[in-house]
Amino acid sequence: MNPAPSIVFFTTASGAGYGLLFWLGLLRPVGLLPAVPAFALLCLAVALVLITAGLASSLLHLGNPQRAWRALSQWRSSWLSREGVAASITYVPALVFGWALWAGQPGLATLAGLLAAAGAAVTVWCTGMIYASLKPIPQWHHPLVAPGYVLLSAYSGMALLAAVSALGGVVGGPASFIVTLGIAGVILKLAYWNMIDGLRPVATAESATSLGFIGKVRPLDPPHTETNYLLREMGFRVARKHASALRKLALALAFGLPILLALLATQLGGGVALAALLLAALSALGGLLVERWLMFAEATHTVTLYYRGG
Amino acid sequence: MTCLPTPAPGAKKLGLVIDLDTCVGCQGCATSCKEWNASGHSAPLPDYKPYSAGAEGVWFNRVHSYEAGEGAEGRTVHFPRSCLHCETPACVTVCPTGASYKRAEDGIVLINHDTCIGCGLCAWACPYGAREMDEQQGVMKKCTLCVDRIYNETIPEAQRQPACVLACPTKARHFGDLGDPDSAVSRLVAERGGQPLMPELGYKPVNSYLPPRRRPDPAPVEDAPTQMDIRNPVLRWMDRVLSR
Ligand code: SF4
Ligand code: SF4
Repeated sequence: MNPAPSIVFFTTASGAGYGLLFWLGLLRPVGLLPAVPAFALLCLAVALVLITAGLASSLLHLGNPQRAWRALSQWRSSWLSREGVAASITYVPALVFGWALWAGQPGLATLAGLLAAAGAAVTVWCTGMIYASLKPIPQWHHPLVAPGYVLLSAYSGMALLAAVSALGGVVGGPASFIVTLGIAGVILKLAYWNMIDGLRPVATAESATSLGFIGKVRPLDPPHTETNYLLREMGFRVARKHASALRKLALALAFGLPILLALLATQLGGGVALAALLLAALSALGGLLVERWLMFAEATHTVTLYYRGG
Repeated sequence: MTCLPTPAPGAKKLGLVIDLDTCVGCQGCATSCKEWNASGHSAPLPDYKPYSAGAEGVWFNRVHSYEAGEGAEGRTVHFPRSCLHCETPACVTVCPTGASYKRAEDGIVLINHDTCIGCGLCAWACPYGAREMDEQQGVMKKCTLCVDRIYNETIPEAQRQPACVLACPTKARHFGDLGDPDSAVSRLVAERGGQPLMPELGYKPVNSYLPPRRRPDPAPVEDAPTQMDIRNPVLRWMDRVLSR
């Protein structure tokens, strides 16, 4: 599948923003974060900027962005519509949360923060399900895809939270969360890659053409000599050896370096910790861009059976 | 509404039956489809850079050619590919706007080009590559089963058929109601053992493909020797005597 930059950026940026919103709403009431409202407001601002930038980028992907509001109508059947609805609704508690922090209403802030956290989790789950529900793409129609979106969103949100917390002088808690979630992320990605490498194809050139009763089916003449929308959108190919190098790069940047830096931060504290955690957040986001790019580039669509055989 | 309609019992299931035995891969159906649909319900059907290198455009019907099998059993098969108007198609249910829909009355899968936002998700959800984006209008397009011909009372009745069906010089394409077991197309499917494509994906395609017929036994039959084949004069004499 073609890794459209607008979608790769959207899922990474909004994913991190929702992750940050989730942890902020959830951990603030239990006292794991700096209590000053300014801290929460800063986190909220970062989260909303990332979420909004991501959603705006996803609108650029549309052929008719001015009609995007129509996408809120089919939540009964469509995960994309559900995502749109959840994303829109989540803005309400998130903004109320911000107002309550500003106006000094701690009770309301806690409630709105928790609702925003729930909205963030639902939105990311819907994003994951858009991909996981597509049967023609076996690498996406996979039980680890939607949980992966949620875990990586939680992880990148935590990396951002740790960086902002370090500004407020709180290091230990968030940094240790980076390590735990990062290890979970590594395990999930390794398991996912291992499973998609051994994937049985959902269909074959024989079943796609109904000609299997004659024997093996090979494409002879293509239907057109130039490319087309199908080949550009779904026939994207990434050389196997690049894929394995990129997997290593994704693991190192997204998880390896941030985990090391988080451990370093807990040992050193102070200004060094702040610098280390800022770098960890940047590295995590950069690594996740690579991971998301691979998620597309490594996915194959059944339509390629017609063009390339199986 | 992108939830699938529950068809009334006995509702029509319009679709195509394509005979892979007689299709000669002439591209007539694809060209005729492009011609009709460039000005019909889905118009315009763009071509990008039509007169220079890299010419490409939106087509609803693409004719592939395959080699199937090996050696004496192997053969070339021409294979037209278009929307199969599936009974349970995810291209409809994934649509966030309701632009992609399946008609309850005849099962035709259509797109409302006035509400489509061009997100492309339905093309990802179609296993068969039957949807192509109009990148100039920013909306998705696909085969309409010539909905603007088959019910069109301004054209002679004999022409109320999809353009591809009328164009086919070998009559390899048949249009009709596959929901009615007694229709000509349903009987054809039953007689010839029509096949669905990728049934394992569970989309339940309505269109059906008739398999290429098996060749008669290719082993050569040995003829009785003629006089000319018998070189030995003694044997030739005996053959003549015994053949009397
Ligand atoms: S062939 Fe593709 S576009 Fe046509 S109904 Fe089936 S899934 Fe939808
Ligand atoms: S491209 Fe149009 S028809 Fe297809 S899913 Fe998106 S809005 Fe629906």
